Amino acid sequence: MNVIEVKNLEKTYNDSEVQVHAVQGINLEIEEGEFTAIVGPSGCGKTTFLNMLGGLDQPSVGDIRIGDTLVHELKPSELIDFRLHNIGFVFQAYNLIPVLTAKENVEFIMQLQGRDKTERDKRAIDLLTEVGLGDRIDSRPSRLSGGQQQRVAVARALASKPKFVLADEPTANLDSKSTETLLDIMEKLNKEENITFIFSTHDMRVVNKARRVVTLEDGKIISDERK
Amino acid sequence: MQAFKLAWRNIWRNKRRTLITVASIFFGVILSTLMSSMQDGTYSKMIDNVVSFYSGYIQIHHPDYWESKSIDDLFVPTDSLQNKLSDNKEVELIVPRMESFALMSYGLSTKGGMLIGIEPEAENELTKLEQWVKKGRYLTEKDDGIIMAVNLAKNLNVQLGDTLALISQGYHGYSASGLFPVVGILEFPSPAMNNFGTYITLDRAREFFSAPDMVTSMVLTVTDYDEVYPVKHTLEKQLGQNYSVMTWDEMDPVTKQMIEGDKGQGIIMKGILYILIGFGVFSTVIMMIAERRKELGVMVAVGMRKLKLAKVLFYETILIGVVGVLSGFAVSVPLVMWMVHNPIPLTGEVADIYEEFGMEPAIYFGADSMVFLAQILIVFGITVLVSAYPFTKIMKLKVTQSLRA
Repeated sequence: MNVIEVKNLEKTYNDSEVQVHAVQGINLEIEEGEFTAIVGPSGCGKTTFLNMLGGLDQPSVGDIRIGDTLVHELKPSELIDFRLHNIGFVFQAYNLIPVLTAKENVEFIMQLQGRDKTERDKRAIDLLTEVGLGDRIDSRPSRLSGGQQQRVAVARALASKPKFVLADEPTANLDSKSTETLLDIMEKLNKEENITFIFSTHDMRVVNKARRVVTLEDGKIISDERK
Repeated sequence: MQAFKLAWRNIWRNKRRTLITVASIFFGVILSTLMSSMQDGTYSKMIDNVVSFYSGYIQIHHPDYWESKSIDDLFVPTDSLQNKLSDNKEVELIVPRMESFALMSYGLSTKGGMLIGIEPEAENELTKLEQWVKKGRYLTEKDDGIIMAVNLAKNLNVQLGDTLALISQGYHGYSASGLFPVVGILEFPSPAMNNFGTYITLDRAREFFSAPDMVTSMVLTVTDYDEVYPVKHTLEKQLGQNYSVMTWDEMDPVTKQMIEGDKGQGIIMKGILYILIGFGVFSTVIMMIAERRKELGVMVAVGMRKLKLAKVLFYETILIGVVGVLSGFAVSVPLVMWMVHNPIPLTGEVADIYEEFGMEPAIYFGADSMVFLAQILIVFGITVLVSAYPFTKIMKLKVTQSLRA
């Protein structure tokens, strides 16, 4: 079953008098439970593509269907709610809320969803335990290493029970040991809980773990390999 | 609750900056409260002076008297009039007077001066006139004597026990003349009053001016300053057009203008202070947003509605304002109360100037509730105004641009 369907997707930026075609006619289907890496050189359109998949940016042309919803047709406020309930985000620089503890960061999303405190508490602790941080639930981000922060970010991304997780270069700021730990956790979540992960990355360790690798160049898909 | 918790924690992310901003509000509130309190105290003292020295809060006259100041524009304080005045619960004292100008002669010297007929006890209750008697004694109820201001006595070369000849125009063309033994010399703090003030009993004044049972004015005091204008309006309705009801500031517009002018200066000073407070808070808010642009973008990206996020930033601004205002209020209340009971004494030339105007040489402070309330409301209003900035920034926030920040 397809989680994401992308048809004829284009994104053009009008930079002064020059038009930049960041994404040009991408067609892609991602099924539930896929572990997909979007790769390509800098400036190939990875981040732009991921932003459109995540409903953070509007396509110039084309359709993005997530489940039964045509994302680009949603109003801005509907889009925010859609993201809250359907998409988990993991950012390159972790981007946790610094004034909240690890548990509160994970709870934050569920609180926005309006879930009750008991459920929030349990799920936040379960998720943090699952990413190996059960003993650091009350630590603020500044007390955690980069790898630990990124694991909290993964737990946060999963907190809303999203249809898929978008991770933009999640290992770019991590050392190899942290990268390995993070990838193992995500791979385990993918295999055991059938969570769909989509990465943009330069990192060959991520590429090696991915079961599907989509390569972009000049805003176009030049290869789409399943392992 | 989530928004409030986030806001509270956010404002303490940069403790030093928050404390500096809170301190600017804290000192701003204290300074503006002290300034307002000082104005309030000074104005109250000035008004008290005017009121207790001569005019009272309200006077009742013949409708033409204040313009003409003529001895012909008198009225009889009938029982009906007196009952209407005394029936008003807010009226405290009712003091009758008859006053006009007279020529005063002793030996070869003649000077013009104000002759005021008074009921000695009632007058003393209002103006504490007896305290200014420097030589001799104060008037008694059936006194035939006169008490007079010190400079006038000097100019006429009059001593205690000498007899003063007074000539004036009486009621409706009668000629007024009489001899009055000097029983007391008055020395007022005001040089103006020392030059021409003379007092006799009201009965003797009525005889002198051939105006039996009449007065030029009924001087009233009220229980509270705030009652002056309500009482005036009530009396105007009750007394109709046969009498004129004037408040202290209508009779002494100079003092009123001085107060208004000073208030204007105060508004400018406080305005500058409020602008400084406003910019202090504003610069903090600008910094808070600029350094958290990416974080704010992430929060919207993961599903926080912009309005909810704007609420967090609104709370942050308001919390800084509230902490500053409340701490400033907590310190300014005891400080002002202490100042109210311990006016700052003045010395030297400034003290002399105060004394010349009949005021005690000290800076007085007032503790009217508006002194405190106004600062709280204004500074709170400033923070609410400043909070419009983060609100608009959040509503215009572009997530993809913020994530690149």
